[in-house]
Amino acid sequence: MEEKLQPIVQKLETTFDTQASEYRGDVTLVIPRERIVEACQMMKALGFELLSALTAVDYWPQENPRFHVIYQFTSVSQNLRLGLRVPVPGVNPTIPSVCHIYRNANWRERELWDMFGIKAEGHPDLRRILMPADWEGHPLRKDYPLGYEEPQFTFNFEEIDLRKPYAKQ
Amino acid sequence: MSDLFEVTVEDLKHLVSEKALQGETMLLNMGPQHPSTHGVLRLLLELDGETVVNCIPDIGFLHTGIEKNMEAKTYQKAEVMTDRLDYLNTVGNNLAYCMAVEKLLDLDVPPRAQAIRVILVELQRIASHLVWLGTGALDLAAMSVFLYCFREREDILDIFELVSGQRMMTTYIRPGGLWRDVPVEFEKAVRDFIKMFPRRVDEYEALLTRNPLLLDRTLGIGKISAEDALNLGMTGPGLRASGVNWDLRKARPYSGYEQYDFEVPVRTEGDVYARYLVRVQEMRESVKIIEQALNKLPMGPVRSNNRKYVPPPRSEIGVSMEALIHHFKLWTEGFHAPKGYVYSAVESPRGELGVYLESDGGPNPYRIHWRTPSFDNLQALPLMAKGHLIADLVAIIGSIDIVLGDIDR
Repeated sequence: MEEKLQPIVQKLETTFDTQASEYRGDVTLVIPRERIVEACQMMKALGFELLSALTAVDYWPQENPRFHVIYQFTSVSQNLRLGLRVPVPGVNPTIPSVCHIYRNANWRERELWDMFGIKAEGHPDLRRILMPADWEGHPLRKDYPLGYEEPQFTFNFEEIDLRKPYAKQ
Repeated sequence: MSDLFEVTVEDLKHLVSEKALQGETMLLNMGPQHPSTHGVLRLLLELDGETVVNCIPDIGFLHTGIEKNMEAKTYQKAEVMTDRLDYLNTVGNNLAYCMAVEKLLDLDVPPRAQAIRVILVELQRIASHLVWLGTGALDLAAMSVFLYCFREREDILDIFELVSGQRMMTTYIRPGGLWRDVPVEFEKAVRDFIKMFPRRVDEYEALLTRNPLLLDRTLGIGKISAEDALNLGMTGPGLRASGVNWDLRKARPYSGYEQYDFEVPVRTEGDVYARYLVRVQEMRESVKIIEQALNKLPMGPVRSNNRKYVPPPRSEIGVSMEALIHHFKLWTEGFHAPKGYVYSAVESPRGELGVYLESDGGPNPYRIHWRTPSFDNLQALPLMAKGHLIADLVAIIGSIDIVLGDIDR
């Protein structure tokens, strides 16, 4: 762990009663879901101006927690990096929105909803972002198949066409 | 059975002002097929006359599910998809991916491979900036710059073809090193290019930097403060034009960047013109880096010797049973990465290109997330565009240098 990072990690460890882990030089802390807004405010106060990444991992079929939401922070002034992880259960997955603290979390949380179905509570504009607005399902979940489209030929064009969603309107 | 899906103004009323709902301001659709949106970007604009009141970007038209697809492929096969993300920074994407995999595997890269990586990535940075300069100038009606820029870009693509056989989708950088060593003609080709190129940058600058038409269109347009830029997650030349000296090549050096002497251009104005100046200066700095890397280019292998992760050279396969087994295993099953997760980032021409890579111990990435710079940079567009004319919006989009493949992934 970098020397400058140690007091910051210690402070977070005592405040949120957690244990930091280090892997290949990346330091990560696990924060309970209810306290992530508080944690983000603290990160900002500690000089982490940039929310580099906000994403999630799906551990399906594991249910509790099914997801880990990952916040990757960068401090431009102190040249430091730190990651936070928030476990989220599979039933009704939600996280509190942090886009009033880091504004770029806005689209990142929309992406989280779009791709994983994790709802950001208190988000001002929670719509799908990458998939079409009427899309069903959340593609980056592990129980979502990769999917294939059946190739249509002259002899089976109509038969396959009937099974396609747009033909059913 | 579902009805045709339609988005109405009602659905977007939290994003536009009261006036739009009463019809006092106009809602105008720009894109996704519009020459100045640099790809398939759609903007919903609320206009008061010609002034932009609100700008709501709509993205996802180029979404190809690369993250999902990569999860279904082995580490080696998944790399081919990285070229398709940001199609103007293909070598840089390969480097970002390979560095994440190498960090996960704790794999060392020989110095020669690192130096060649730096040369290629800097060439790619120049090529990407050339496309930005050409198309950006074209948006402001400077046709000839576009043709000059693409002429020089062609030389860079020829160098890529020389080393990898491919002009754009090279996949030349591999986990643990490079696909193969560079051919003997490589050094001359690169030297010829860096000898010629600074004079060409002078030519572009002669055409643009003090051009009154360009100054009129760019000075004071699309201003963003350093604080706003950081809060909106902007990185790269856009952030540096707002006065924040943050370049990962200097701040957190990788691939041997600490050995090279170069400046990070920083401006404080934060407008379109400042972003133009920063990028043009960056092209000159890249030439300096390439020259130093070429002068210091060490001899030696270009691939790690760790046969568990990196395939053996062809010459060994015919004479060593073990090499044959490694070759077979690596190209069928792939290698099993240790369980864990890493975040690694490089400075792409557009900003911080980060890769979050998680492994469950199997031969495929369990989860790979691309923190692409354009995605965050575009979020700053509504703030920059507010209050400017719709013609200036075109200049602002050009100055952010977005690549839709990078945004939509």
